[in-house]
Amino acid sequence: MTATIWPALAALLVSAAGVLGLLLAEKQWAVIAIVIAAGVAMLVATRLGWDDRIRRSGGAHACTVSGVALALVVATAFVLREHNFALLMLCTVLLTIVAGLGLTIQFGHAGVVNFAGAAFFGIGAYAAAVLATKTALPHPLVILAGGVCAALIGSVLVLPLLRTRGHYAALITIAFGILFKTFLEVNDTLGGPQGLKVPGFALLGHAFNDPIAIDDETEWSFYLAYAGLSLVIAAAAYVLVRRLERSWIGLAFDAVRLDETAAAAFGVNVAAWKIAAFSIGNFLIGLAGAAYAMMTGFVAPTSFTFGDSLILVSIVILGGLGNALGLVPAALIVVLLPEKLQAIQEYRFLLFALLVIVILLVRPGGLLPRPMRDYSAGEIR
Amino acid sequence: MDPGLLAQHAFNGLMLGVIYALVAVGFTLFFGVLDVIKFSHGDVVMLGAFTALAVSAGLTGAGVMSHPLVLLAMLVIAITLMAVVGALLARLLVLPLRGAPAINVLLITLMAGTVIREGVRLFYPQGSNPKPFPRLLPGGTIEIGSFTLRHDSAILFVIGVAAIVGVYLTLARTRLGLAIRAVAQDPETAAAMGIPLTATVLATFAIGSALAALAGVVNGLYYSEISFNLGLLLGAIGFSAAVVGGLGNVYGAILGGFLFAALQTIGAVALPFASAYKDVFAFAAVIVLMALRPAGLLAERSAERI
Repeated sequence: MTATIWPALAALLVSAAGVLGLLLAEKQWAVIAIVIAAGVAMLVATRLGWDDRIRRSGGAHACTVSGVALALVVATAFVLREHNFALLMLCTVLLTIVAGLGLTIQFGHAGVVNFAGAAFFGIGAYAAAVLATKTALPHPLVILAGGVCAALIGSVLVLPLLRTRGHYAALITIAFGILFKTFLEVNDTLGGPQGLKVPGFALLGHAFNDPIAIDDETEWSFYLAYAGLSLVIAAAAYVLVRRLERSWIGLAFDAVRLDETAAAAFGVNVAAWKIAAFSIGNFLIGLAGAAYAMMTGFVAPTSFTFGDSLILVSIVILGGLGNALGLVPAALIVVLLPEKLQAIQEYRFLLFALLVIVILLVRPGGLLPRPMRDYSAGEIR
Repeated sequence: MDPGLLAQHAFNGLMLGVIYALVAVGFTLFFGVLDVIKFSHGDVVMLGAFTALAVSAGLTGAGVMSHPLVLLAMLVIAITLMAVVGALLARLLVLPLRGAPAINVLLITLMAGTVIREGVRLFYPQGSNPKPFPRLLPGGTIEIGSFTLRHDSAILFVIGVAAIVGVYLTLARTRLGLAIRAVAQDPETAAAMGIPLTATVLATFAIGSALAALAGVVNGLYYSEISFNLGLLLGAIGFSAAVVGGLGNVYGAILGGFLFAALQTIGAVALPFASAYKDVFAFAAVIVLMALRPAGLLAERSAERI
C-alpha cells in the first residue's frame, strides 16, 4: 500500500504554525505554552505511531513535501515581513541549520569528530569580512570563498585527524577551536578583540541592508532579503546533504563510520572519504559563517568560542545524529528558545542545559533518530 | 638569560603544572574506569573554589580569624562536598548512559557543567564578577639572587605534589586502588571476581572530583582571584594534558600537565612573538604532538581501538 501524502502535510502545517507562533509570541506564557504543546504533541505522536506514518508518507512523496516545506518557510518569512527581530531569528535558525548540516556529514555520516564548528564558522565570517572590504569580488563569490577558506584551513588538521580516533581526535579539534579564538583575540591585523565590520550583502546592485520600500507608506524589513538568501543557502545545502546521503558516497561514509577495518577490507578508501567528509562539512559551516557575518555586519572573536562549538554539536546530537531533518527542531530549540525566554533571561542557559539533559536521558537517540536506509523502491512493505 | 629569572619562570611553570596535573588526573581516572570523558570536570574545579570561598567568608563572618583553621576547614569541606558532587554526577548522568554513544556522555556532562557554571553565576552573591580569594598562607619570600620564592607558592606546590603522590599510592597500594585498576582493565572480569562495579566507579569519580576541588582551592590561593567561568579553559587544558599523556594512564596525565605548563611558559618567555600567543603556541604544539604520537605519550597498552 502506498502511503498517502496527508500525514506529512498535516505534520508540516502544524509545525509551521507552531514555529510562526513561537516567532511572533511576545508573552512569556505563550512561548512556554507553545513549547509544552510541542513536547506533548511529540510524545503523543510517538505513542500512537504517527511518527512512522508521517515518515513513510514523507518518504513516498519526497518532492512534493519538500516543495510544500519550502513554500511554508517563504510564507512564514512573508508573514513576518515587518518584524525585524523575528526575521533575524529566522535567518539565524536557517544558517545554523546549514552549519549543522556540515557537522552532520562529519559526525553523523562519516564519523569524523569536529568540536571546532564555531571556529570554522568564524573562518568563513572573517574571510567574508576581509574579502568584502579589501576586494571587489562579487558578494555571492565572497560567501562561497568563506566556505572554501574554512575547508582549506581545515585541511591543516587532516593529518593529525587521520592518525587519531575517538577522544584523541576530539582533542585535536578542541585544541584548534581554542587556538583559533585566542589567535583572533591577540592578532591586531584582524581587529583583535574588537573584531571587524562587514559590509552588507549586495546582489546585482541591490544592497540587502536597504529596507524594501513597497509604496510610500509600507516598508518591509531588510531582513526579508536576508531570509531569502539564507533560505536559498539552506535549501541548497539540505539537498546536497540528502543527495550525498542517499548516493554511493553516503554509503561509503556510513561504512567508514561503522567499521573502518571492514570498510578498508571491502576496498573503501577510508582516508579519502574521511578527508572528503571533513572538507565538505567545513565548507558548509564556512558558508553559513560568511552569510551570517554579512547579515549581522560585524564579526568578533567572542562569537566563536569553544562554548559556541559545543552548542553546534548539541544541535546535531539533539536532532538525532546523522538525520538532517532533525536539525530543524534542534536548531529551533537551541537558537530560538533562549532568545524567546527573555523574561526569565537570567535563567535561560540554565534551563536550556537542563532541557538538553532531560532530552538525552529520555530520548538518547535525539528528537528524530536517523531512520534505517530503505532500499524498497517507493513501495513500503 | 639570567639564571635567577630562568629559575623564576621554571618555578611558575611547575606551579601551573601541578594545578593542570591535578585536573588531568581526574580526567584520566574517569576514562580509565568507564571509558568516558566527563566534561563537567572543569566546572567542578570552579565549584570547589567557590565552596572554599563561601566557607572562608562564613567562618570569617562567624569571627574565626585563625588562618590555618580557616584553610583547613575550607579544604576539608570543599573536598568532601566535591567528592559527593562527583559521585552524584556519575550516578545520575554518566552511569545511566552506559550503553549510549560516548558522544552523548560528553554532551550530558557538558550540559551538567553549564548548569554548575550558570548556577554559580546566578545564585552566588554577585557571582558574575571575579571574586578576590583570601590570602590565607604566610606572605613572606625567600630571595636567592634575582629568584624570588613566595612562601605561599612553595606551600601550594608541596600540597599539590603531596596530593598527586597520595593518589598514586592509593591506586598502587590499597584495596580500593586495586579494585579501580581491575575495573579499568576489564569491568566484566572484575565484576566476576566480586568487585562491586558501581561502588568502585562512584569511588573513582569521588576521588577525581576531590582532586578537582583541591585544584580549585590551590588555583584560588595562587592567583588570589576566582571567577565563575575559570572551569572552561582549565577543563580544556586538563583534558588536553590527559590526552597528550595518554588517556587512562595516571603518569601520562601528570606528565601531560607539566608538559602543557612548560609549553605555555616557553610560549610566553622564550619565543620571539608576543607572550599573548602562549596559548596559541601551546595548543598548536598539542596538535602536532597528537599527530606524532596519536595515542598519547604514554599510551595505555590497549590503546583506544577502532
